[in-house]
Amino acid sequence: MTTQWETVIGLEIHTQLATKSKIFSGASTAYGAEPNTQACAVDLGLPGVLPVLNEQAVRMAVTFGLAIDAHIAPHSVFARKNYFYPDLPKGYQISQMDLPIVGNGHLDIEVDGEIKRIGITRAHLEEDAGKSLHENFHGMTGIDLNRAGTPLLEIVSEPDMRSAKEAVAYMRKLHELVRYLEICDGNMQEGSFRCDANVSVRPIGQAEFGTRAEIKNINSFKFVEKAINHEIERQIEVIESGGKVVQETRLYDANKDETRSMRSKEEANDYRYFPDPDLLPVVISDEFKEIVKATLPELPHAKKQRFIEQYGQDEESATTLTSSRELADFYEAVVKDSGVEAKLASNWMTGDVLGALNKAGLEISQSPVSPERLAGLLKRIADNTISGRTAKQVFDKLWNGTATADEIIEQEGLKQITDTGAIEAIVDKVIAANPGPVEQYLSGKDKALMALVGQIMKETQGKANPGEVNKMLIEKLKG
Amino acid sequence: MSLTANDVKKIAHLARLGIDEQDVESYANDLSGMLDLMTQMSELNTDNVSPMAHPLDQIQRLRPDVVTEHNQREHFQAIAPQVEDGLYLVPKVIE
Repeated sequence: MTTQWETVIGLEIHTQLATKSKIFSGASTAYGAEPNTQACAVDLGLPGVLPVLNEQAVRMAVTFGLAIDAHIAPHSVFARKNYFYPDLPKGYQISQMDLPIVGNGHLDIEVDGEIKRIGITRAHLEEDAGKSLHENFHGMTGIDLNRAGTPLLEIVSEPDMRSAKEAVAYMRKLHELVRYLEICDGNMQEGSFRCDANVSVRPIGQAEFGTRAEIKNINSFKFVEKAINHEIERQIEVIESGGKVVQETRLYDANKDETRSMRSKEEANDYRYFPDPDLLPVVISDEFKEIVKATLPELPHAKKQRFIEQYGQDEESATTLTSSRELADFYEAVVKDSGVEAKLASNWMTGDVLGALNKAGLEISQSPVSPERLAGLLKRIADNTISGRTAKQVFDKLWNGTATADEIIEQEGLKQITDTGAIEAIVDKVIAANPGPVEQYLSGKDKALMALVGQIMKETQGKANPGEVNKMLIEKLKG
Repeated sequence: MSLTANDVKKIAHLARLGIDEQDVESYANDLSGMLDLMTQMSELNTDNVSPMAHPLDQIQRLRPDVVTEHNQREHFQAIAPQVEDGLYLVPKVIE
């Protein structure tokens, strides 16, 4: 009998906090500047400089801690993590070890309809390192220290996940949360949200964990799943062929879809942490905590429940529409502006709007159609000025131009024909001109009716109400 | 507690300190003496003393999140051994 394996996964996620200046200096954190133009004396680790902690970074860490129901340390300490690498000019990273600012919280994820609670061991503040560029410098390495000193919140989960799917669900949930809280822009391509995964396997039923490998820097949801699944397979293979998993750091290579060893963990991790004498203990008062608590936005789960209750949405569209704060705000603005049924608005949002954004590769914040202009369109659908079919035409024009729905309807003469007499004349004309389909329909082929409706809609340039046309046609034919 | 010559060499390597082979023994002795003092101190009962992370009994002051530093790259790079395209150049760190 073959052994059944269970996977154990814990994630460490580095989120860049969306402050304007760095965690310990007044240099800008803006992405994409010319190399080293945002690296000041503190970031360069020049002698005699003193780090001074950014209040906003502390506030953001506390915001996160409150949102995951965590313990906020009344007293936390910065430590030096010592290692040598040229993108870290001081020879140490300022981080937190024994007394992190956030401890012991949790996040609920949903996988296959089941809710699972994932523990968050801790979240601590630290500074990011610079970037090394290894190409084209005559055998030397180029160092850009603009990123050095950017505030990071490292969020460490408990080893509570049992599959790559759960790990991805957790990562997505956390990504959604930090963006809701507006403490991180979540831009994975620019490295604002980075993930390391600790993965091990053990025979089902075994209480102790297997030896784990750490997979570094996996920067997309897709790669996290692939990298973890690959690593699970590798470890099972190693064990089943009589070998032992070594505790080590591995790097995921997306091109080859494999992980490979970076270094042996034992020799690399002698960081010799000690409290940083340049920084005093950070004290978070109850008052400070209360102030932050008062500014917490509505969290994703609460918003979703509200959308279900307030707008009568189903689980699926509520999940979609609350997947980001921007999208939820957009939707609520449309409902409010248009005054139309919430259902009509959510159908358009989850269907046409998200479809068009997807196709164009745009975020909701970049939508060429504003909530006001979409609301203008929905109003005209709701009051029967245009048919649903014509509305799609108008939406295309909204998307590709700047006119309002009313202007487009007016200019293109798209107003629905409400004059029954006019429609009746066209229906009669089409019946007369199409004896074939008429006969087919009368002999029981219902499909033939569609052809006739199509003809009529064509004659009216889509301006008749298809429901009414249908009804009128049947009445006339069966009449 | 006593440190071996190998411990001393390892610590020196981690801190990237170049030490002379002939001095290793005396470093080992000195450092061991310091550790002995720690051991002696840890015999004291500190149950009612909360640990301090800093000798000053003060708390960290926070600065507002404002960009106050501006580009002084040329100034800083004037003292760098080698620069190119705005980057600091260092000996190659990966293969």
